[in-house]
Amino acid sequence: MPDTAVLDIAYLDAIVERHGRDANNLLQILVEAQERYGYLPPAVVDALAARLAIPRVKIEGVAEFYSFLHLQPHGTYRVLFSDNITDHMLGSGALMKQLCHELWVEPGKLSEDGLVSVNATSCTGMCDQAPAMLVNGLPIANLSAPRVENIAELIRKRVPLADWPAEYFRIENHIRRKDVLLNSAFQPGSALAALLARGGAQTLDEIKLSRLRGRGGAGFSTAAKWEACRAAAGEQHYVVCNADEGEPGTFKDRVLLTSYAEMMIEGMTLCAHIIGARQGFIYLRGEYRYLLDHLQQVLQRCREQNLLGQDILGSAGFDFDITIHLGAGAYICGEESALIESLEGKRGTPRNRPPFPVTHGYLNQPTVVNNVETFAAASLIALNGGAWYADIGTPASSGTKLLSVSGDCESPGIYEYPFGVTVEQVLADCGASHTQAVQISGAAGKCIAPAEFGRRIAFEDIPTAGAFMVFDQRRDMFEVARNFVHFFAHESCGFCTPCRVGTSLLKNMMDKLAHGHGSPYDLTEIEQLDQLLLSMSHCGLGHSACNPVLDTIAKFRPAYDRRLAHREYVPAFNLDRALTQARQMTGRNDAGAHLGEYE
Amino acid sequence: MSSFTLDGQTVTFDAGQTIMQAALAAGIYIPRLCYHPDLKPHGSCKLCTVKVNGRQASSCTYQAQDGLVVESNTSELNDERRALLQMLFVEGNHFCPSCEASGNCQLQATAYELQMMTPHYDHFYPDRPLDASHPDYLLDFNRCILCSLCIRASRDVDGKNVFALSGRGINTHLIVNAASGQLADTGFSGDDKAAHVCPVGVILKKRSGFRVPIGKRSYDIRSIGDLAEPGES
Amino acid sequence: MTAPPKLKIATTSLAGCFGCHMSLLDIDERLFDLLELVEFDRSPLTDIKHCGACDIGFIEGGVCNAENVHVLREFRANCRILIAVGACAINGGLPAQRNHLSLPSILEEVYHTSIGLAPGNAIPNDPELPLPLDKVHPLHEVVKIDYFIPGCPPSADAIWKVLNDILAGRKPELGHGLMHYD
Ligand SMILES: Cc1cc2nc3c(=O)[nH]c(=O)nc-3n(C[C@H](O)[C@H](O)[C@H](O)COP(=O)(O)O)c2cc1C
Ligand code: SF4
Ligand code: SF4
Ligand code: SF4
Ligand code: FES
Repeated sequence: MPDTAVLDIAYLDAIVERHGRDANNLLQILVEAQERYGYLPPAVVDALAARLAIPRVKIEGVAEFYSFLHLQPHGTYRVLFSDNITDHMLGSGALMKQLCHELWVEPGKLSEDGLVSVNATSCTGMCDQAPAMLVNGLPIANLSAPRVENIAELIRKRVPLADWPAEYFRIENHIRRKDVLLNSAFQPGSALAALLARGGAQTLDEIKLSRLRGRGGAGFSTAAKWEACRAAAGEQHYVVCNADEGEPGTFKDRVLLTSYAEMMIEGMTLCAHIIGARQGFIYLRGEYRYLLDHLQQVLQRCREQNLLGQDILGSAGFDFDITIHLGAGAYICGEESALIESLEGKRGTPRNRPPFPVTHGYLNQPTVVNNVETFAAASLIALNGGAWYADIGTPASSGTKLLSVSGDCESPGIYEYPFGVTVEQVLADCGASHTQAVQISGAAGKCIAPAEFGRRIAFEDIPTAGAFMVFDQRRDMFEVARNFVHFFAHESCGFCTPCRVGTSLLKNMMDKLAHGHGSPYDLTEIEQLDQLLLSMSHCGLGHSACNPVLDTIAKFRPAYDRRLAHREYVPAFNLDRALTQARQMTGRNDAGAHLGEYE
Repeated sequence: MSSFTLDGQTVTFDAGQTIMQAALAAGIYIPRLCYHPDLKPHGSCKLCTVKVNGRQASSCTYQAQDGLVVESNTSELNDERRALLQMLFVEGNHFCPSCEASGNCQLQATAYELQMMTPHYDHFYPDRPLDASHPDYLLDFNRCILCSLCIRASRDVDGKNVFALSGRGINTHLIVNAASGQLADTGFSGDDKAAHVCPVGVILKKRSGFRVPIGKRSYDIRSIGDLAEPGES
Repeated sequence: MTAPPKLKIATTSLAGCFGCHMSLLDIDERLFDLLELVEFDRSPLTDIKHCGACDIGFIEGGVCNAENVHVLREFRANCRILIAVGACAINGGLPAQRNHLSLPSILEEVYHTSIGLAPGNAIPNDPELPLPLDKVHPLHEVVKIDYFIPGCPPSADAIWKVLNDILAGRKPELGHGLMHYD
């Protein structure tokens, strides 16, 4: 690996210059620097520390926070299997084993020749075409045994990624049901023209009238957020589009970014007009790196059509432009204050709130953060009016919602419905049968049992950020919850004690049950830990980490009872196996060299 | 003057004070590990969690406001705080009998105060090598509770950035500012504020351990909850 | 009025140093008060080899080998109340400081590579010797423990206080000065 001698200083200098020698862009600089080397060698860290005038410890701390950045070599080919339960249900576990076997590597370890590493990564947002993987950051979906065999061959032969079969990298939209948003034949510039015709304050009134609520999960009133930000004093105001879409089972933003980007960008731009921002950011999750060029092109087209830039659509002083920032594998960066920290080039640790981003956001300036779909809906409202939009959906949840449907159904993909649609209806439309459960709004969301299938998707009943994962009767709901618990333990940012330690303890406890060491004692422990996470955690990740467990214990209790193999407490580990090493070292195998199970 | 109630007692405060600062000024103990009066609050250990008008909040970062009703010394909150302490004990390797900080350690003293009889959870027993490179100071990461006080002291007071957090989740760990990863190669000095803020036994002055006999150490003499006088921190 | 039946107490040391037992004896003259209330079953104090049905089991030391597991299980099976006494029983203590090393590397070092070993030294394989576990564990990671008395060792006063709290049906508590981990 490159020591200082082969270090391409010109390459690094170009990156640093492109980012204005600004340490706020550290994450972007690291992402780009790594593209050259596959990891960040110590010499690169030193060179960047010197150029950005920041301590190297800061660079290391940031690099080790994000799953996709590495301080050690990770191979010429870096393969990451999407680890969501929907990938597993379609056999990703076996495929990963197969690839490791064919390439002679252990999961998580670099091959001896430094060629390849194979590991798992949190949901990559391809659940409708699972199982999926990322190779050097690029997604490959619809994995199968033959496809994996070919991939092994391509890697062994060191075929450059550019020469791999193009169809491997084809990602489908799978739009199955369209409503007002997906059906709108959006003309670029039309929403901004409507804004300028109506005026900023009046457009805000329309948003208010529409009762639009945030689509990223929390459902906060969009107009209230914009109004607060508009009123907040600051040197600059900022608009941020949250395209981190990390919630397992969610992929609707991916489709919007792919095919409805103009609509979203115009939503950001009209927000900028209303709050008085000149600069915007799209925070694009690292898993969607493959959309970067496409989005840059769309932005460029917008600039060419004067939909971005200076004096937008000829309106003097209406200046606004958008920069794309890439994430690098950290679910927590979807949380808006962690996202802002990440935008500032830091570890994605949620801030203490209050103050909220609307008054103290990016660089401590007033900042609006909204979801991709929220901005797209805002464009639609600017075009058609607030009253029109408010008429759709339910009283507390106006408009439509995009659902990302995956799991056990015939037609996974994107379904747009007016709010208020029943779970039952969605199940019927996607061709699900023998459904045992639906996980709504991702790992952090709610697990719904058949008795509740008459309930509605709406903020006043079942709120959702968009995920809709279907599990039929073959599925083991304990394993579903365990998968989510592993996800949270992996994604905990580590800032606060209850979540940093608690999510890993919870993971170990679920594993203890899975490994046949469970007793009623452990179930009580799990319930207590859930309570602690809920009450003591710093942010929403810790609060929701226990949701899948609490829900499945309440609704699918037999799946847990089956795991309570013992009446009394037993250890989390197998005692006889704990003697294996000693047996090997002593060559003993007599009765005294073993420990039986004990009741 | 503005005031709130803390466990029923009226506490006055100056504008800009947090609940923790106001409580300290009034001589009321709220358990805490990542708070230091000279440093910007951080809100990560969560030991100082109180209920503000019925909702949990970190008292070290929460601004005092007129009329708030704050609960702190309740069995519910103390049970949860004890569980947090237990998490910190199993996360690292805390063998108090062989620790130089024993008797002066805030983690230990807080655990005494909250009657932690057992770490309760299964231990992680992490592997965290020592750093003995510096001539005068030793770093025993086994006991690091990631409170970041040393980080804030070095960055905000010493202007040095000797320490930082690295990793994520349960793999979060403390690193020092040197390509070698060794304290000796940083600008660290015993005169730094960062050398004197660690609440546990990580940042240790060499050749000075176990000088004070058992019975005479800080928390042998008084319990951590026993604030000798109002305003003491 | 007849005296209530005496409580039976069993004690043992697993991977411990008998320090906690010394502290128990340090209860001094109160031991006589205690003996009014209790009698000892299996214990280094009595030489009874196996534990019968008991009210209280008092265990010092962590679990580091197969023998420790057998004894701990015997105590759990026979004692109504099991008390982990001292740092080693509670968090593994000094023996657990080997936990970040692999067992094979330790055995290699001790029996093969360390300086001063007689030539031909081998890792003992005598079936009479208990095999070490790959990690040392505190008691509560192997069986359910009812009460804990921290300290290295806990003072006689601390042991006395907790025993009395338990006998009186109170939640055991150790005030300032009694509670210590070292
Ligand atoms: C752990 C966590 C992860 C989140 N991830 C996302 C995300 O990926 N995308 C998103 O839009 N909002 C996410 N949110 C919600 C954001 O914090 C924020 O509420 C949202 O972006 C606001 O936009 P909206 O009002 O348009 O929904 C997340 C929240 C938490 C606590
Ligand atoms: S709850 Fe989890 S993700 Fe949120 S701040 Fe705490 S450690 Fe980080
Ligand atoms: S740091 Fe404190 S709690 Fe940890 S071993 Fe030392 S004295 Fe004990
Ligand atoms: S070394 Fe000490 S002060 Fe620094 S983070 Fe760890 S526990 Fe806190
Ligand atoms: S003291 Fe407030 S969170 Fe640590």
